[in-house]
Amino acid sequence: MQRCVPVVLALSIIGLGLLLTATVENRYFYFATYVILQYVVLATAWNILGGYTGYVNFGTPAFFALGAYMATFLMRAYHAPLPVQLLAGGLISGLLGLGIGYLTLRLKGVFFSIATLALTVVLQTVMINWEFVGGAKGLSIMRPATVLFFSSYVKFLFAVMLCLAVASVTIAWWLEHSWIGRGLAAIRDNEEAAECMAVPTLKLKILATTVSGALMGMAGAPFPLHVTLIEPTSAFNLDYAVNSLAMPMIGGTTTWLGPVVGAILLGTAQQTATVTISSALNLLIVGVVLVAFVILAPEGLVGLVRRLVQRERA
Amino acid sequence: MFSFELLLNAVAAGLLLGGFYAAVSLGISVTFGLLEVANIAHPVFIIAGAYGAYALNTAFALDPILAGLLLTPIFYGLGVVIYRIYYVSFEQRGEESLRGLVFFFGLMFIVEVSLLLVYGVDYRMIETPYIGRSVLIGPLGISLRLFVPCVVGVVLTLVVYLFLAKTFYGRAIMGVSQDSLALRLMGADPVHIKTIAFGLAVATTSLAGALLLVIAPVEPSIGREYIGRVFAITVLGGMGSIGGTLVAALILGVAESLTATFSGPSWSLAVSFGLLLLALAVRPSGLFGR
Amino acid sequence: MADMLLEVQHVTKRFGGFQALTDVSLQVHQGERFGLIGPNGSGKTTLINCISGVLRTDGGRMLFQGTDITTLPAHQRTRLGIARSFQIPKPFTSMTVLENLCIPLIYAAQTHDADVTAEAMEILRRMGLQAKAGTRATRLSLIELRKLELARAMAARPQLLISDEAMAGLSSSEVDEILAILTALNERGISIIMIEHIMRAVMRFSQRIVVFDAGQIIAQGTPDEIVRNSAVEKAYLGE
Repeated sequence: MQRCVPVVLALSIIGLGLLLTATVENRYFYFATYVILQYVVLATAWNILGGYTGYVNFGTPAFFALGAYMATFLMRAYHAPLPVQLLAGGLISGLLGLGIGYLTLRLKGVFFSIATLALTVVLQTVMINWEFVGGAKGLSIMRPATVLFFSSYVKFLFAVMLCLAVASVTIAWWLEHSWIGRGLAAIRDNEEAAECMAVPTLKLKILATTVSGALMGMAGAPFPLHVTLIEPTSAFNLDYAVNSLAMPMIGGTTTWLGPVVGAILLGTAQQTATVTISSALNLLIVGVVLVAFVILAPEGLVGLVRRLVQRERA
Repeated sequence: MFSFELLLNAVAAGLLLGGFYAAVSLGISVTFGLLEVANIAHPVFIIAGAYGAYALNTAFALDPILAGLLLTPIFYGLGVVIYRIYYVSFEQRGEESLRGLVFFFGLMFIVEVSLLLVYGVDYRMIETPYIGRSVLIGPLGISLRLFVPCVVGVVLTLVVYLFLAKTFYGRAIMGVSQDSLALRLMGADPVHIKTIAFGLAVATTSLAGALLLVIAPVEPSIGREYIGRVFAITVLGGMGSIGGTLVAALILGVAESLTATFSGPSWSLAVSFGLLLLALAVRPSGLFGR
Repeated sequence: MADMLLEVQHVTKRFGGFQALTDVSLQVHQGERFGLIGPNGSGKTTLINCISGVLRTDGGRMLFQGTDITTLPAHQRTRLGIARSFQIPKPFTSMTVLENLCIPLIYAAQTHDADVTAEAMEILRRMGLQAKAGTRATRLSLIELRKLELARAMAARPQLLISDEAMAGLSSSEVDEILAILTALNERGISIIMIEHIMRAVMRFSQRIVVFDAGQIIAQGTPDEIVRNSAVEKAYLGE
């Protein structure tokens, strides 16, 4: 019976979202919520590897942009519809996660992190040199004229990202409560002990990296259609690296709720702030808040609330 | 289009670049190789050093290398402060791995964005008597804008090497991660030693940044190109070996120069990443990579 | 003669230029109580790390119940039946005592969800830790941590349990507690390798003892034989 609750919740949220598309007409609303939902996916995906397993991925832009470019390629070469783009984006970024994981996860975690740092720059170089998907100048993307069930394409994209957000949170929730999640937590707490307690650490780490990468790639696939443009600087934007890290760290890394809280809070703050302050200043504040949280409140907001509740009970 | 002259010049330029890359990687060799602290913010400090030299050059017409030297004590102090914060917040609590990395990432971000806010995205460059001039030795054209930083870089490498090998504090730094007990018995506080080491590492970025400014115009985000390079050099060179760092830097410099000459400059970044992966692959494996 | 459980054949291990283990060979039989002693830094924990799979050997072979485990990753060796405790306790810090045991129960013993809690509680009862089942591992005292290490190793349902200095830093009565636990485990058929510095415990507990010095075995035999061995005396007390 307890297993049904999250499924019911997930479907209700999707239902609510669909209801919204029938009533709300404000284009900016859909634009802003799309970005926030995108961050829910990215933060949740990051946290599967970062929070659950303890391995820090600095290369979110690489996985995200790879999904976006894969989608672009498929659109140009085969006129592929969005669902195919989503699957392909997930597949290719999942493979990237698998590859990087296989190469570096046998070593200490810091080497994996360094490799992900360097990854973004390299992948960006590759895309800059690939003329078919726009190269350095970029490519403008045409949205389909009409779409089934929705009165505008923006609403459709919103619905897609909503489903993706719900799906990724459900996956994170499931992982967290499964025997796999226990294994990941053991790896995070003490990898040597975990290995000696029969946890297949390398396999689980590679699994987490693959799932995390795949979700990031799926978040990136609709990006070209969302901004009707694909070009390297915006696709590989460092924002994604910082935010996908800051949101779980601020919200809380040990549970599925943390990235969601962090994404909604920080995402909303940024959406409102970019109207008033420059985006660079915006990022600076995120950086400062991130450092403050990692020093002072490493358990994030969820952790702080938990401690408060426990203190009240005692 | 291949010619022996082109090859020779590419190799020469690569070697000169390598001397500079060694200076850039010294700090990581010390912090990551000897202290086991992954200071991924190191490249951005180099950019800050470059802008520092730029500022002094613009305001006082000071030669950038001189400016870099002058700012070294400030950078040293900065390094000391940062390590203190890192130690109290993470190392002491035993939480280095995840949170320490995120701390440095946040720091890197803060510095880069701050530079962006102050200086904007435009490239900044300086002029000195030796930038833009070349010396010809037979078929070799040695551009001074590469030669001078290389010489200074190699000298800096030598200074750091001598410091580590010959002085008390230097040798203490070499041993601190392996045998802090022995250090304590000698009356040296391991934390104090590590603080000095970290300060030293950040201090090198002041001069290294000045060298960068001599070689090419700078803008805030180019630090990211150097992340792959410095870690590839440190891992390839054998963590903490200054001599190894120099050799690895020369190798990387030549590899990049050859790639840039024969395949195009935009692929040279892929070289450092490829070398990094190669270095990681041939490291002794085993459960926890040492 | 009982069956051979673990065979270590001519194992060597180097760390850079330092030779940590040289040509180490020993056998542990089914149901045996085996002691491993030697001065600090003589290679005891290095050998245990090689046996459990945390470290790769540079030479030699190891067989467990006839299977060559020399190149097997550690987690597979645990599945086969080798479990160990750590000299410096390594509990899973975000979990409670009970949850710590769930990991080996699920991964090594492949216990089904329904039985996990019951079995974990049973192990904790035998260790005297049942009252702390819901306590986070970070809140335990030293002896409780040591007991948790052993309980966790037991949850992997091993045939060979390696206890790495489980008694270091404990009071005399606490040492007796741990000794009683290990003896009870052995009585249920589990072979035990005990690494200890506390001589009275090792001498009382072991059927056979191996003495290490500078990475090599300098003596093997019953406790009586070891006590009378002059090489052992030299290693511990100097010339």
